Amino acid sequence: MDKTTPATPATPAVHAGPAVSPATEAGPAQRGRGGSRTAGGPGRILVTVYAIFAVAACSRSIVQISTEFDHARVAYLLSAFAAVVYVVATVALARPGAAWHRVAVAACATELAGVLAVGTASVVDSAAFPDQAVWSNYGSGYLFIPVILPVLGLTWLRRSASRARVAGRPARESDNP
Amino acid sequence: MIDGLAAASIACALVAGVACLLQTWRDRAVGVGLLAAAGVVEAVLLAQVIAAIVVVAGGSHADQPANFVLYLIASVVALPVGVWWSLGDRSRWGSGVLGVACLAVAIIVVRLGQVWESTGG
Repeated sequence: MDKTTPATPATPAVHAGPAVSPATEAGPAQRGRGGSRTAGGPGRILVTVYAIFAVAACSRSIVQISTEFDHARVAYLLSAFAAVVYVVATVALARPGAAWHRVAVAACATELAGVLAVGTASVVDSAAFPDQAVWSNYGSGYLFIPVILPVLGLTWLRRSASRARVAGRPARESDNP
Repeated sequence: MIDGLAAASIACALVAGVACLLQTWRDRAVGVGLLAAAGVVEAVLLAQVIAAIVVVAGGSHADQPANFVLYLIASVVALPVGVWWSLGDRSRWGSGVLGVACLAVAIIVVRLGQVWESTGG
């Protein structure tokens, strides 16, 4: 690969970044194959995708509600709800500890229930969903990621919980840094 | 002009994203190569922001200005945040994170074009 180091602002951000916070705690946890940690290993990618959806859904629903709320109230309110669920899931998955683990399970379960309910409702009564919302048609506008994501999330949470138990260390122990 | 830059940034982001996912598959952590690739993508994205400001200052505007600005901001913020998050895990999964961030950038730029172009201007 070419090493003509491009002088972009991305590079300073690289070094400034890990000094901040979650990244520094993640380092040692990775070395120890972190027990209760849901943000390590493949979970890190999961948090990334959740974060993308959180940002996308939030900004989209803010734009929708502030500019054309009367166009499709139900769909836009559901989008806003979805946005909140994504934010909660992202934070909970990124944080260590049993309490956050429980929050993450609840958020992913809510998300799964929501995407199935809204998906079904939008198929049955498409007039109520004139505009594509995150969860309408099971997230078909988003490559069906909204319906796959909570399943992956719940699977990962289950696996990381059982790994924590095997490590003989109750996840609760590492609560709140 | 914007079209050319958009195509370039999408292409760069896709190449970098595939490189990252390849490194994930090969069980490699994020190294200098991937960081340089992310830097190149970010440079093209910044050029695109400047070009967009110039074009908007020149009188044309997007069909959905609010969305356009949000996508524009997202396009340059995504990679620095992605790099920061990927460096927290010095394993193959860090490379995976960066790969996902690059693919997200490609999607953001595609959307950027869509919210601009519906004016035909």
